[in-house]
Amino acid sequence: MIKLILINLIRFAFLILFQVLFLKNLSLYSLAVPYLYVLFILLLPLELPAWALFILAFSLGISVDIFSNSLGVHASACVFMAFGRILLLKVFTPKGGYEGETNPSLENMGLRWFFTYTTILVILHHLFLFNIEVFRVNEFFLTLTRALLSSIFTISLIMLSQYLFIQNRSRRV
Amino acid sequence: MRNLWLFILKYHAFFLFILFETAAILILVNNNNYQQATVLNSANNFFGGVYTSYSNLSDYFSLRSANDSLAFENQQLRNQLDTDMYDNSVVRRTRTDSNLLQQYTYMNAKVVNNTTSYRNNFITLNRGSKHGVKKGMGVIANSGVVGIVKDVSEHFCTVISILHKDTRISAQLSSTKDIGSLIWEGVDSRKATLVFIPNHVEVTVGDKVVTTGFSLFPEGVLIGIVTSSEIKSGESFIDVDVYLSTDFQNLRYVYIVENKLALEQLKLESKLTND
Repeated sequence: MIKLILINLIRFAFLILFQVLFLKNLSLYSLAVPYLYVLFILLLPLELPAWALFILAFSLGISVDIFSNSLGVHASACVFMAFGRILLLKVFTPKGGYEGETNPSLENMGLRWFFTYTTILVILHHLFLFNIEVFRVNEFFLTLTRALLSSIFTISLIMLSQYLFIQNRSRRV
Repeated sequence: MRNLWLFILKYHAFFLFILFETAAILILVNNNNYQQATVLNSANNFFGGVYTSYSNLSDYFSLRSANDSLAFENQQLRNQLDTDMYDNSVVRRTRTDSNLLQQYTYMNAKVVNNTTSYRNNFITLNRGSKHGVKKGMGVIANSGVVGIVKDVSEHFCTVISILHKDTRISAQLSSTKDIGSLIWEGVDSRKATLVFIPNHVEVTVGDKVVTTGFSLFPEGVLIGIVTSSEIKSGESFIDVDVYLSTDFQNLRYVYIVENKLALEQLKLESKLTND
């Protein structure tokens, strides 16, 4: 339990610093910007109660916000994504729940499950984020393009990171 | 009553979502006000400190280009030195002229954080209230206009760069002196648009776009170069495409401009809006 909390704390700090110091420089023609920090919400344990999930998502978003001077933008997008996760897990969970698996990572869940789960949640997050950042109807199609391109970028980075940090246990890919 | 509790308990995730989302949106709306000062931003001592230590590290990678631009500027300034000029007039003009008093002063600052890829971009500088920076001062680089100071802490200040959806900078075409407003429409960090130029003006490609001197910046600071202009049918204004002279992706050293008469001007002008 303590190990689980510690791992998540380190992941929280690492992903935020990685996002605000490094990834902000990494954009493709200013159209696609990766937001890898959402990986933290994706990897939280499955049995985490809703209130804890919302608090964590909110604090993750607000931390990124403070660094990028956009107070409330990332926070609202993260909370939105957390709610999406709750709904999605309700649909995805088989009757009787998962057997002992708590972390929804690639190696625990398999490629197909994890890819679908990541794609849906990242697209939800990015669509919300880009639209609330711009908050204008007349730039809608530009915003939509940017959100979708960025989603592809983020999803690629998330899948890549999962293969990079995979542990040498039994792989079920 | 019991049924109500059961209902709330059953859908507690949804109610929690509404609660947190409302909180986030409230923070967003309160902070979004262009004029309002905020406490939680990267001018904050802790977060500014993180950026400073990171920029101390990353500065090593751009030493060459920083040196080049400083050397170029030194050369320009050296050419203006009095000691390097000879006098060919009979009447000597002295510098201590009581008719010429200084209106603008400049303070150098280092960029500790900068973004260009978002829709709303901010810059953090290593100068704060301790050095005399005040909210609303202009910021320029040696290549052109950069932005306007938004929030100030003791050691840092945040700057709204031109690359922000709410930036409006009063600008003029240097040949015809027609005044418009410079906005940024997103995507490309070198392209901005000059709007509210009247229909009858003949805009030439390659003309310089400079500041007007109406507010924060001294008159004639370069903003960019006209690349094309387009008349929208049925409208009385032209949209002029401007290639920004400041390269925001390589911004390292900037100057904060203080207009000594700004307060007096604002005070006088604020009376006009009351009518």
